[in-house]
Amino acid sequence: MEHTPPPFFKRGPAPLVRLFFFASLSVALLVLDARFRYAENLRSVLALIAYPIQRAATLPFELAERVSGYFTLQSRLLEENERLRAQNLELAQDAQRFEAEKAEAAQLRRLIGAGEAVSVRSMPAEILYASRDPYSNKVFIDRGTREGVQPGSPVADDAGIVGQVTRVHALTSEVTLLTDPDQAIPVQVVRNGLRAVAFGGGAAGTLELRFMAANAEIQNGDHLVTSGIDGVYPAGIPVATVMRIERDAERSFARVVCKPAAGVDRGRFLLILSNESKAPPRPAEAEPAKERRGDKSRRRAKDAKGDGSR
Amino acid sequence: MGPDSPQHILMPVRLSTIALSFAVALLLNFLPWPDLKYTPDFVALVLCFWCVRQPRLVGLGVAWALGLLTDAGNGVLLGQHALAYSLLAFLAIWLSRRILWFGPLQQAFHVAPLLLASQAMILLVRLAAGSPFPGWSLVVGPLIGAALWPPLTWLLLIPQRRLEREQVL
Repeated sequence: MEHTPPPFFKRGPAPLVRLFFFASLSVALLVLDARFRYAENLRSVLALIAYPIQRAATLPFELAERVSGYFTLQSRLLEENERLRAQNLELAQDAQRFEAEKAEAAQLRRLIGAGEAVSVRSMPAEILYASRDPYSNKVFIDRGTREGVQPGSPVADDAGIVGQVTRVHALTSEVTLLTDPDQAIPVQVVRNGLRAVAFGGGAAGTLELRFMAANAEIQNGDHLVTSGIDGVYPAGIPVATVMRIERDAERSFARVVCKPAAGVDRGRFLLILSNESKAPPRPAEAEPAKERRGDKSRRRAKDAKGDGSR
Repeated sequence: MGPDSPQHILMPVRLSTIALSFAVALLLNFLPWPDLKYTPDFVALVLCFWCVRQPRLVGLGVAWALGLLTDAGNGVLLGQHALAYSLLAFLAIWLSRRILWFGPLQQAFHVAPLLLASQAMILLVRLAAGSPFPGWSLVVGPLIGAALWPPLTWLLLIPQRRLEREQVL
């Protein structure tokens, strides 16, 4: 095979022994990661090692885009400029109105003694690539702890909520899309304020409202927005549109299938939103007897918040 | 080197070739493919190739490290690909002497079950972790990967062949 003499004596342990060694190592890691989530540091280091390769993989596409951008037709540019100017005017008007409304709303809130409304900051990000995992729906974006991304932050595009940041590495972050089977988001029907929770999974690229009573007041074409009661997603951002409602007499729940408003599986630029002010502090525990229970529920609430309202 | 090419004696492989091929395979895996269901796992394929051709240079350790890197890059359970790639490397090394007796096309038929076995390993891990079964399209990726085996063999053996010709001249 090679020009060296066959090294009969330095082949190390038998392949089967090695397989057992590496397999048990993998299983140990799997258990540590799945059950206890101890392996996050190792994961961050590995993600950092993989980063140059990921960057290199997206490079040709960026290059092609830049080249095609250079050769764009003058007429198309003019046309686009025109359209953007019109849009800008429209948005500027909206923004002015929004400012006025916001001031008024804040004043009214002060009058009735409600807490300050949550202000939302956003940070643009670009999708690097989608996860190869057929069991989940995740994408990776080019912002990480270096830019101050917080795990749990909602991610949106220009049309609505896309998903939630679930892991943050040094230079990249992992975003779990709304269509992931493990993802859930509290929503509200715009028309009548009916609250529900939308889950991912089901058919490809759709959301599903679970545990909706069969006689719930919901129609095809209803718009769903975030309700904001979980403290993770800011209120009032579009999430989905109801596509189909199946009411089965045998079941007590209706099956409501919705189509995400945002381009969950297309588009390349996203916004990472972050809630500036936190939820109001929980009432202090007075009696020591109740303390344990209160402690537990607080911890659960915190878990739910960090875990993506799962 | 193998009995499949009696007229050519290949030059020893350079480590840089192996490293480069793995880097390119990782890069291909991270490309933003339009439909990930039907894209083969290039890392698994290249790993299988080197385990068959160079079982003494590329073995379970390399497979495990590559698996961990893939896991972290894809944000899946750490150890899932590591386990699958270790199994793949073991099977490839175990069958390497047999596989090399065949031509490229028959080799592809040997490689298909190996890739399917590693995919099945991932499926087992995910089912154990509580994910639902994602459908039979899982099988397509490995089969396409196996179909890519003959061109891959030709491509990855180029450096060794060209060196030999230069030496003869």
